[in-house]
Amino acid sequence: MTSQLDVENIDCGYDDLQVLNQVSISLQPGHIGCMLGPSGCGKTTVLRAIAGFEPIWRGRILIDGIEVSSAKTCLVPEKRNIGMVFQDFALFPHLKVEDNVRFGLRGMERKQQRARVHEMLAIVGMPAYAQAYPHQLSGGQQQRIALARALAPRPGVLLLDEPFSNMDAEMREQLAREVRSILNQENSTAILVTHDQNEAFAMADQICVMNEGSIQQQGSGYDLYHEPANRFVADFIGQGVILPATVESETTVRTDLGIIHGSAPLSDAPGATVDVLIRPDDVVHDDNASESAIVVEKAFRGADFLYHLRMDSGIEVMCLAPSHHNHKINERIGIRLNVDHLVTFSRS
Amino acid sequence: MKSVSANQSLLSGLWKPGVLLVACLFSLPIFTVASFVLHPANDVWQHLLDNLLGEYLLNSALLMIGVAVGTLVIGVGCAWLTSVCLFPGKKLFSWALLLPLAFPAYIIAYTYTGMFDFAGPVQSWIRASTGWGAHDYYFPEVRSLGGAVTMFSLVLYPYVYLLARAAFLEQSICVLEVSRTLGCSVWSSFYRVALPLARPAIVAGLSLALMETLADYGTVAYFGLGVFTTGIFRTWFGLGDGAAAAKLAAILLAFVFTLIVIERWSRRRARYHHATYRYRSLPQYRLRGWRAFFAFCACFVPLALGFLLPAWQLALWALETYDYMVDASFLQLTLNSLELATSAALLAVLLALFMVYGKRLFDSKTVNASIRIVATGYAVPGTVIAVGVIIPFAWFDNSIDTLMREHYGFSSGLLLSGSLIAVMFAYMVRFLAVSIQAVESGLSNIKPSMDDAARSLAHAPGQVLMRVHLPLMKGTVLTALLIVFVDVMKELPATLILRPFNFNTLAVRAFELASDERLADSSTAALMIVAVGLGPVILLSRSITASRAGS
Repeated sequence: MTSQLDVENIDCGYDDLQVLNQVSISLQPGHIGCMLGPSGCGKTTVLRAIAGFEPIWRGRILIDGIEVSSAKTCLVPEKRNIGMVFQDFALFPHLKVEDNVRFGLRGMERKQQRARVHEMLAIVGMPAYAQAYPHQLSGGQQQRIALARALAPRPGVLLLDEPFSNMDAEMREQLAREVRSILNQENSTAILVTHDQNEAFAMADQICVMNEGSIQQQGSGYDLYHEPANRFVADFIGQGVILPATVESETTVRTDLGIIHGSAPLSDAPGATVDVLIRPDDVVHDDNASESAIVVEKAFRGADFLYHLRMDSGIEVMCLAPSHHNHKINERIGIRLNVDHLVTFSRS
Repeated sequence: MKSVSANQSLLSGLWKPGVLLVACLFSLPIFTVASFVLHPANDVWQHLLDNLLGEYLLNSALLMIGVAVGTLVIGVGCAWLTSVCLFPGKKLFSWALLLPLAFPAYIIAYTYTGMFDFAGPVQSWIRASTGWGAHDYYFPEVRSLGGAVTMFSLVLYPYVYLLARAAFLEQSICVLEVSRTLGCSVWSSFYRVALPLARPAIVAGLSLALMETLADYGTVAYFGLGVFTTGIFRTWFGLGDGAAAAKLAAILLAFVFTLIVIERWSRRRARYHHATYRYRSLPQYRLRGWRAFFAFCACFVPLALGFLLPAWQLALWALETYDYMVDASFLQLTLNSLELATSAALLAVLLALFMVYGKRLFDSKTVNASIRIVATGYAVPGTVIAVGVIIPFAWFDNSIDTLMREHYGFSSGLLLSGSLIAVMFAYMVRFLAVSIQAVESGLSNIKPSMDDAARSLAHAPGQVLMRVHLPLMKGTVLTALLIVFVDVMKELPATLILRPFNFNTLAVRAFELASDERLADSSTAALMIVAVGLGPVILLSRSITASRAGS
């Protein structure tokens, strides 16, 4: 199966400042990818390079098998068969909603244009607003029109630049799921840029975590959470603490909380000191456990409590406990480890 | 982040130097004049220094203080009344108070002189009805410093009014309500909260009014007041000393730059005074009885004195005189003015589009700086610009002439000086800033992401220009054209100095007739200028009624 989008080892930057370093992404048709990372990590630059707004220094970009960017050439954005949704939506204020959606449909027959506009407005659930002007719409509605406008010409790749950052926190995940179902309906290949991991989890089939201009790890949300490739990914995705441990055998380490068994062989030799990632869900609250710790901080989150615990050795861990286990600060509670994925980082 | 696509290196190669060239060209007069600060003094300058400079400084200072007080009282008072009080006629006043802006100060000055001087209708009526003789009563002299202050205040207060009103309307109602809950009365919340919050805007408006005061030539010349602009004229044409005139102009320029700095600084501060972006309708204090009557009068008097009365008088005179004043030469005059104003407006807007798009495409420090320098031109008095144009143009003409005579044995004479090119050049120096400002504000409404959006929807840059920018920019470009057009129609001192022989405009003709004490005869030209000047005022007043965000 050929991929719809191929970004191959691109370097890119502004003036003398290199922003991207050997970035590669590959997306299958109908898949949704996500560039996830803190602000300033270069994720938007990747998007703008794919769109053709930024020339690249090295490497190449292919859309639908056609080379659009390389060190020598840079096909102009209007010839790339892309769609883009902007952070501020960038709807044209002088055009009605239907004319905004129609904007990219030139060259099509008038009747087909109208049909496609109606189809898109129906898909985004706004057929009643065809005659409205952008300033009459709420932020969420503008978002949907921006999406409809970008999808109307059936782009080879849809690019979404932090499309939910202007939304209320409560609306974000819901919209992300809605957008995902719209994209699936249109069988679009899309790539999303965000700094919000929940958005990424809600939308993407494939997530690239970026930092300082290079991709740290690619994979599903599940993989990134449970098997982070490095400390940055471990720290950026989800919560957790890093504990010192000693390698016992090829697949086990010893920590203050006990021995942890892994499934794959470790890279460090027995006797070496390594760091182990412990997620809150790896620490199970159990009144009968042999180990115990003191509650330092707690946060009620509805279905569960997130406890910060201090063990006798002074090491702190986090623990996710069902919400009926309501313990006081400074109370001593029993804990044990239940680690499915052993994640270690060598010290060097 | 830049929103420029990759393949524009060729364009940027021509565009950027182009913008710099335009900026250098049109800031040349200002730099020329400024350089005369360092010019060695001569006898004429010594004479000016000993005998006249003190008078110029004193008169200018008194004029500015008087105008400051006058415009502040009228402008801020009316702005407050029309923005937060309810009284009969409030809606009408909120835009009608801008009408005096249509009157150039020199025209209102002739009109009032005609009405109130010894032979005018008012004093004649007093003498006729009381039987008094010439020395039996006191009547204030219009042609005096006090008269000039009154004239300027009456036509310049709209600057303060406009900005103060916008500031009052932008203030969050929450801030005012908080002050009420903290125990302020309506009036003390005005003094303690609303006024301090609006102060940067008011200062900005005031500095605009004072710039106009300093720039005026027509009024002070007609009233015979010794200030910088009249001094520059006398020194140049009376004493025939260009260098000394330029030195005077340089001092005036220093005053103007101080005002520009104050104005820019205030505007920057005004930005930080936006407490919140949540708007609710302002409180409307309903005024009743004598309060309502007082508010009505407070708004009606400036409107009546600044617009209705002089417009009425001009109309009466025009009715008397039009059958012998409106002839072929008058039509030629009108045609001259229209042609000059139209071509200046077109040129100014084209140059503004060129420069502002340059700024958008290549957001570089040099481009920004050159636009800022050109933008100062608006504050520079026409007399100063005229001096700054003549000096380099005469040097150019002389150099070419010498060259021609040496090598080809004939004289090329005057090429640029005394031609319409010089006039047009001066207009660009002065009014390019106006069109740049208008175009810039229009373009800032088109976010860079809209360009990108259109590009991603398969539109080439040219098509983006046609389908996105053009429809969105149409309004602003027309506004810019109109404002420059009207400003050129009103312009007096630069045209007066730089125009070719026997070339007259409406403004120059009105000034000449008035100076010959043919006040009634000047009315047709004056009325024409005022009528044209109403255009931008109507535009402004339409935007003022729509200026309230969220309504």
